[in-house]
Parts: sequence; structure tokens; C-alpha cells
Amino acid sequence: MTDDALTSDLGALAYDPAPESSSIARLRESYGLFIDGDFSAPESHEQFATLNPATEEVLATVAQAGARDVDRAVASARRAYDRTWSKTSGAERAKYLFRIARLIQERSRELAVVETLDNGKPIRESRDVDVPLAAAYFFYYAGWADKLDYAGFGANPAPVGVAGQIIPWNFPLLMAAWKLAPALAAGNTCVLKPAETTPLTALVLAEILQQAGLPEGVVNIVTGDGATGEALVAHEGVDKIAFTGSTEVGRLIQERLAATPTRLTLELGGKGANIVFEDAPIDEVIEGIIDGIFFNQGHVCCAGSRLLVQESVADEVLRRLLRRVDQLRVGDPLDKNTDVGAINSAAQLARITELADAGEREGAVRYTGACALPDRGYWFAPTVFADVAQSHRIAREEIFGPVLSVLTFRTPEEAVAKANNSNYGLACGVWSEKGSRTLWVAQRLRAGVIWANTYNKFDPTSPFGGVRESGFGREGGRHGLEAYLNV
Amino acid sequence: MSERLDVKKTYKLVVNGAFARSESGRSYEVTTSTGAFVANVAQASRKDLRDAVVAARAGQAKWWASTAYNRGQVLYRWAEMAEARAAELVEHLQLAEGLKKREAQASVSRAIDRIVWYAGWTDKVTQVLGGANPVAGPFFNFSLPVPSGVVGVVAPQESSLEGFVEVVAAPLCVGNAVVALASERRPTPAVVLAEMTATADFPGGVLNVLTGLTAELAPHLASHEDVDGLDLSGCADRGDELARLAAASIKRVYRERDKGAENPLRRLRTFVETSTVWHTIGQ
Repeated sequence: MTDDALTSDLGALAYDPAPESSSIARLRESYGLFIDGDFSAPESHEQFATLNPATEEVLATVAQAGARDVDRAVASARRAYDRTWSKTSGAERAKYLFRIARLIQERSRELAVVETLDNGKPIRESRDVDVPLAAAYFFYYAGWADKLDYAGFGANPAPVGVAGQIIPWNFPLLMAAWKLAPALAAGNTCVLKPAETTPLTALVLAEILQQAGLPEGVVNIVTGDGATGEALVAHEGVDKIAFTGSTEVGRLIQERLAATPTRLTLELGGKGANIVFEDAPIDEVIEGIIDGIFFNQGHVCCAGSRLLVQESVADEVLRRLLRRVDQLRVGDPLDKNTDVGAINSAAQLARITELADAGEREGAVRYTGACALPDRGYWFAPTVFADVAQSHRIAREEIFGPVLSVLTFRTPEEAVAKANNSNYGLACGVWSEKGSRTLWVAQRLRAGVIWANTYNKFDPTSPFGGVRESGFGREGGRHGLEAYLNV
Repeated sequence: MSERLDVKKTYKLVVNGAFARSESGRSYEVTTSTGAFVANVAQASRKDLRDAVVAARAGQAKWWASTAYNRGQVLYRWAEMAEARAAELVEHLQLAEGLKKREAQASVSRAIDRIVWYAGWTDKVTQVLGGANPVAGPFFNFSLPVPSGVVGVVAPQESSLEGFVEVVAAPLCVGNAVVALASERRPTPAVVLAEMTATADFPGGVLNVLTGLTAELAPHLASHEDVDGLDLSGCADRGDELARLAAASIKRVYRERDKGAENPLRRLRTFVETSTVWHTIGQ
């Protein structure tokens, strides 16, 4: 069959809508702050709306936590630490975490729908990736709570105390799990600050913590904007800050905490290189490139946003990639057939648009998928730039959207040099059937995570985090405990 | 008949495996604790520091490309050289720290033993800090500790030899290159020990030692964009300011005052990155 015939055959396939029901979300009209085991209004009584980015409709209003609310949350976490959690045995902490994992599994369909409504990501992803992994992280770290002596940090490793945790909007529930599970297992209490545009699954999680009977104040959740995060970072009662977000903000936080004893881990931006060698199996490569950049609309810090293809196969890879991009289904995130959902916010859409425009202006060749976009909501069609130079902004700056920059190389040395030509160092992909070359390349890449013949895989046992300006500290695995222990 | 006149030693910077005066032509006077003249040591400039970072970046690639076994042997040979020239170190230490001979001998012995301890770590860290991860899927997944890259070190001001060994040997043993600022008032033991790397098969640039004014040099080290990590052990009083400068390029920072810093592997862990590789398993 020729490529053209294949294209027209696939083009003829039509999908009927297969929407998941939004009523499963059971959203409340408004949510308070989760402090001391219960929901309460912020001192200012100020609420703000969280939107469904696919429709721009208001889903619910959530509380804007001010400095005094943050203070109340930190005090609650400190009380819980002193009076309860530090006196709870590892075995008992473990059982709370196991309970939470089970409750997430029980309410997984609801959580997936809420996540998709609030974030805009396809239900296929929230259902198959975000929510099951969130449960898996609690399940994994539960088992560590009574085995910390064996974690390789010496006997009786001490918890840090009260952990302030600031998470991004791209994987709202999963990031909450990445932060809370190891912190609680290690014996800390927490104040979690969800992202401004995606607070809802964390608030459902708060209900789950109540159902689990987690002692009051062990986890507090304060919603709000950047000012809330700033108040948490600045709070003297916090012993540790764990931040996931942009390098720009991470830098400010590191600077802010430089003169304090507060411990810090940062999981920041990236500009991941996805390196394709000529011997790699092309069909798998194409799917890997797609997963690398269009998973979660490209709102992924470890996205494979720079495709480095060996020159000898560059034309073929690009041709087949563009054909595949045309088959991506962009639209209603609740539709089970949707591949690419909505951009999370108007602000993010503006940033993606601005950078893509810069790509055109700087001379890269733009290809944007031929898909119809809904009239309402925030959308950006999957886009590939060819003929990208290393100096282009789209090759250097994190776009955090469904935009791929394609560059080429001739030798493995050149691939490594180009991949490492970035201030970031979070993740890279390597595609080759030659194991020795893959390991050779992996050894030389300056990145915290390297995926060989796969991309964007996550697992609670596998440490995740960056080098250089992608941050420091690891989340996941035995390594992930270190951030929450004074060792 | 007069006594033979001593041949005095010139103390230079150790950069890129060579010994040089400061490009600035500056030097400053170092005295004993009682004020007697010891030497005019090189007073490194910002340019010297930047040259040292360039040398360290190149040296790090060679250092990390060698095997862990080889790095262990090189560090061990450094200890051998120090042992052979222990008397010289004792003499410098007595002058620098005002110690009695017996105290200085004990300190030199501890410093050498500490190098031996770190030499033994080079081929252990991978197993102790790394491992295989049982991910739920058809992947072989493993995590390895890899060096941060170039580590800037402000060596302790008081403990001029033992303190120096601790702050440089820890990052070196895991594959980093080091740019160290020696104790400002007591720089000679560090310079003498660093000279010994020349006969210990260190690739050039792996250990660079600058003498000079800490207040002048440390801010440049802390803000240098091509320095990946920073050990602030030797500047307790200005540590906050330097840590703020380090934030601009998201450096890994080790400070002795931090909680848990007394953990014997904390310094070493601060300057390694965990690199995790997923590889598909299939037919």
C-alpha cells in the first residue's frame, strides 16, 4: 500500500463521539481551604473561579488563601506534627497511605473526570495515566514508612518537619501524590498549594483524606494564586519547600530561601531532546515522538520538544510524522477518542502562540495539523517546526505546548552535543536498536531521565528530576525520600 | 663561615595541572599565627578564577571518562604522595595553624587517611547510591549517580589541610572537577597538597586551587554560570549572600549549617545527580 492510499483510508474513518459524563464529577459550587482536617472560608472570604479550559465555563469557585490563611495552615501542620504525626509509628503511617491509595482507586472515575474538566487533558490520559499513577505513588511510599532505617540514609533518619509543597497545573492530582506520599511516609506534615487554574482534584483528595481518617492537620491544602505560594515560601514555620514549576520561579524561590535554613528541592523546566538514530524502528519512533510532545498537550516539563533526527532518515521521519500529526484527534477532552485536549489557560495559549510565531519569524518551517478546533475554549493545533536552528527561540525556550522543533545531526557526537546544548537537563529520549550506542549516548547526556526506545514513562519506583537549571532533588523511588529527611 | 641560606618556596596557583602566578601579577603576604612572614602567595583575580573554571570543565570530562577504578587509584596515589611528603605538610601546617609538631603530625595523618577513605568510594557510590528500579512495565530501569560537573569550593578558613581535603575529596571522588579557594590566611598547606596532584596522575584541570581574598573571589565563583555546585564551608559569615548568587543558575549548594549536613555522605550526595535510564525489554 502506498502512503497516499494509507492516508486516504485513515482519513475516511469516522468516529462517533464517545463522551464521558461530566456529572460523574459531582462538583460543589464552591470550595474552602482544607485546614486542620476541615474546609473553611479564607479570612478575606475571597473566592475565585476555576474554568473548564475546553468551554471557558466556570466549574466552581475556590478560596483565595491570603498570608494569614497560610499561617493558619502552617500552624495546623506544626500542631499535627508535634502532637500526632511524629508520634505515629511508621507502620501506622503506612496504613494511612495504603488507605489513601485504595480510596483514590475507588474514586478513580470521578477523579479522572474532575481532572479532565479542570485541566483540559483528554479523559484517556487522566483515566489511564494521572489517576492510576497517583494511587500507585501512595501505594509505593506507604511501604517505605516503616522501612526508613533501610533506605540507605543511616539509622533513624529524621523527618524535616513541616513541608510546604507547591505544584503545577499540568498533572494536578499526580503532582499532589508525588509530593504528599513521600513526605507523609517520611513522617512530615504538609501544606500543599495547588496551581491556581487546577485546584479541584486536590480538593477531592482532601475529601479522600477525610475518608481515610488521616489525623487533622497532617495535610492542609491552600488554594490561591502566586501570592499564596509566595506566602508559603516566605513562612518561617516551614522547614522544607518542594516546588514544581518554571525555572524562572524556581530561581526566585532558591534566592528567597538562600538565607534561611529551609530545605529546598526544585523540579523545573526542560527542553528535552528526543534523539532518533537511523537504525531505529520507524513506526515505533513516530509513536514515540507523538507521545513525547503531544502527550498532555505538551504541557509536560520533560516533553521531547526538540526532535533530533539523524540526517539519513530525517526526510522519511518528518514525512511520516506529519502524516501521523494529521490523524491526531483534537477536541472535547471528555471524549474517549480524543488525543489532544484543551490548552490549560488563556495565558498559556498566549505564550505558546507567541513562541510559535517567533519560530516562523526566525525562519523555521511551520506545519500545523489540519484539524478543526472548537469555537470556544483554549486550543492550539499540534504543530511541527522543521529546519530549526539551535539558536532559534523554539529550540531554546520551553514552550510547554504541542509544538515540536525538528533538528538534524550526522554523528552520535553531534547528537550528544546538540542535546546538551541547553541550560536545562531534565529528560531525553534515545531511539536505536543498537544497545551499545544507546548506552554510550545515555552516559553522555546531561539529563536526569533518559528514555530509550520509549518516552514519557513514569513510575513510583523510578526517580524523576533534573540536572542543571531543571532543578535538584528527585521524586520517586528510594531517592525520593531524601527530600523529606534530614540526612 | 655563615650558615647556608634557605631556598624559599614560591607558592603559585594550581590551575589546569600547571603552576602559575596570578595573571594580575598580584600577591599578598601570609604570616604565621604569631605574625612572622611565611610567603607572598599569589592573589588570584576574577580572570584566574574564570580560567580555572574553563580548565575544570575540560578536566571533568576526562576525569569522568576514566573508570571508577582508575579514579580510585589516582586519589589513592595522591595519598601516597602526601604520605611521602608528610614532613613537608607538617611543617606547613605548623606555620599555618600554629600547631605543635605532634598535633600537626596527627592532623596530616588524618588528612591522608581521609583521602584514602574517599579513594575507596569512587567505585562504591554507584552501587550505594544507584540501583535498579522495579517499574510496572516491560522496561529495564536503572538509576546511576553521576557528577554534577564543576564544583566550586570555598575551603574552610581555619582547618587549612583537613578541612581542605574534606571539601575537595568528596566532590572529586564522585567524578566532579573542583575549583577551590584555599583558606585566605592559611593557604600554603592546600597549595602544597594540590601540587602533589601533579605526581599523582590527575588529569589537568580536575583539581584547581586558587589563593587570594575570599571576599573578592567567592562571589564570582558563586555567580559563575558554568559552575554546577558550590560548597560554602569556608565562608560562614557571607554564606547567605553567596547562596543567593548561586540561585541564579540553580546551583547545588552545600552548607555546613544545614540540618542533616553532618551526615557523612551529605556532601558527596549534594554533588551527584541521579540519572535514570529506561530501556524497553522486547524481542
